[in-house]
Amino acid sequence: MSRELSPEAQKEFDWLVTRYPQREAAMLPTLRLIEREFGCIDPEGMKLCAQLIGCSPAKVFGVVTFYTHYKRETDGENVVYVCGTLPCALRGSDALADYLCDRVGIGLGETTEDRKITIKKVECLALCDQAPVCQVEDVDWLRVSKEKADEMLESLGIPKRETAGAAAGGEEKRS
Amino acid sequence: MSAISKPSDTLAFEPVLTRYIGKKDSHTLDFYLSHGGYDAAKRVVRDYKPDEVIDAVKKSGLRGRGGAGFPCGLKWSFVPKKTDKPKYLVCNADESEPGTFKDRVINEEDPHQLLEGILITCWAVGIETAYIYIRGEMWRGAQRLKAAIDEAYAKGYLGKKIFGKKFNLDVTVHRGAGAYICGEETGMLSSLEGGRGYPKLKPPFPAVEGLFRCPTVVNNVETLANLPHIFNRGIEWYRSIGTEESPGPKLFCVSGHVNKPGVYERPLGIPLRELIYDVCGGIPGDRGIRAVIPGGSSAPFLGPDELDTPMSYEGLKDAGSMLGSAGVIVLDDTTDLLSALLNVGKFYHHESCGQCTPCREGCGWVEKILQRMHDGRGRSEDIDLVDEICNQMVGKTICVLSDALAMPAQSVLKKFRPELEKLIAQGRPDVLCELAREPSPAL
Repeated sequence: MSRELSPEAQKEFDWLVTRYPQREAAMLPTLRLIEREFGCIDPEGMKLCAQLIGCSPAKVFGVVTFYTHYKRETDGENVVYVCGTLPCALRGSDALADYLCDRVGIGLGETTEDRKITIKKVECLALCDQAPVCQVEDVDWLRVSKEKADEMLESLGIPKRETAGAAAGGEEKRS
Repeated sequence: MSAISKPSDTLAFEPVLTRYIGKKDSHTLDFYLSHGGYDAAKRVVRDYKPDEVIDAVKKSGLRGRGGAGFPCGLKWSFVPKKTDKPKYLVCNADESEPGTFKDRVINEEDPHQLLEGILITCWAVGIETAYIYIRGEMWRGAQRLKAAIDEAYAKGYLGKKIFGKKFNLDVTVHRGAGAYICGEETGMLSSLEGGRGYPKLKPPFPAVEGLFRCPTVVNNVETLANLPHIFNRGIEWYRSIGTEESPGPKLFCVSGHVNKPGVYERPLGIPLRELIYDVCGGIPGDRGIRAVIPGGSSAPFLGPDELDTPMSYEGLKDAGSMLGSAGVIVLDDTTDLLSALLNVGKFYHHESCGQCTPCREGCGWVEKILQRMHDGRGRSEDIDLVDEICNQMVGKTICVLSDALAMPAQSVLKKFRPELEKLIAQGRPDVLCELAREPSPAL
């Protein structure tokens, strides 16, 4: 059976299309809607988007695959984005990514077997004065030391290592 | 007249764009109104004819803050006055140039300042529909902007018959989805139209044929945020800040190896040295400087002997670099430049949209050659090879993404050639070959 939006999401979509003179312009926000409704954008989601927008699923596929920030069916429940661009790299983001991958037991770009966590490199998150930076769903993790990385992983259900020191306080994440 | 005029006094400067940042509830309409918010827009819409607004902005000397530094009023004046087509404003909030994090502050902490700038622009150009294209990753900025827009509609500052005049305006926040190229104005328009973010050939320029093939103004967040102040405090006041050719305040984003990284508002023309040492507290451990990228990662690198360069459009142009987005990335003297340049190369290769061969292939080739040099497999001819590839990447593509790698790459090859030759000759570089061995947050 083909997918449908919930009544609330359908209402939001109906409003969305009024904001643009051409229906296809609502493509990116509609994909966000589908991502939120179904947890990711998979081929069924793309078909639904095509139906709503009135274009071919191939067009939607072309759009979705151009962008890197939509959650796909191949991603884990939580995607940990590690910024790897120069300002973060100068503050040790390569070592941070290695540390995170090591602790979670996967490689960069991979997903855990239980499909809980994916770790990806992301390009500049525009928080360069807070480097190194990670983003997990709607939370920005700032000035991520190894201790802060442990705290971040703990929020994703990976217990801290006993040897890890006490995490520093302060406003080092925001949600 | 000298090419570089002296900047206004940088020490006596009081912030304009960021004056409320850090104050409680600075993002709300109540706060904004209690500090004189929307006064400028009201006055402009009631007392100015559209042409008078464009004229005033031209006289203010406001230049685009997104990267190119194009005169704002002049850009507006390219939009045809008499046309049957609707006109659009697209506010570029896709801030994704590495090292740039200034628009984020306005979007999140003072969104009404931006909306007021949008009102003034739309009145001047005769626009009834505006979009704010914001990066998908900036969830908080999108939330704050949406909330601010809702507040503005409720107050009658957006919608129909604004300020009692025949002036309608709808503003919509449009979230991107993770693609650097969508910060390029025509790539942004393609993305906003619902497609892949492919840049388009210019001409036609967006002012003539842009969004939905209609006349379109594309302005950066910071550019628009300058407008209320120009009309509140006057052209003379505005031009008293900065330099003759680069008037006004500027948000500088300083990151990398400085003691106090952050967004700092200073007059255009502030010397780079003053920004690094007086404003940002110098380099950790009192180390020296190996290089500075003054305007986001697409700007050519400056060497340690160029710290007296004024941070203005003309000052950096004369130094062979560019102000760009004013994303200042400081690299201390322990930094392996090859690793830094490789990082930049990887970025542009990853973000190339793939339409044009010189960019799609060129960025990849440059990255691969830098990688083998980095890995100790460099060949003596590699420096010239990268240089030659870069020559084939500049000015040969639809947009300037390939230039954005070629320019910094060529600056490093030229300014640091002996260092690179030594690395290649050694096989394995004896300098630290990663940028940092540990995660090392500032502060």
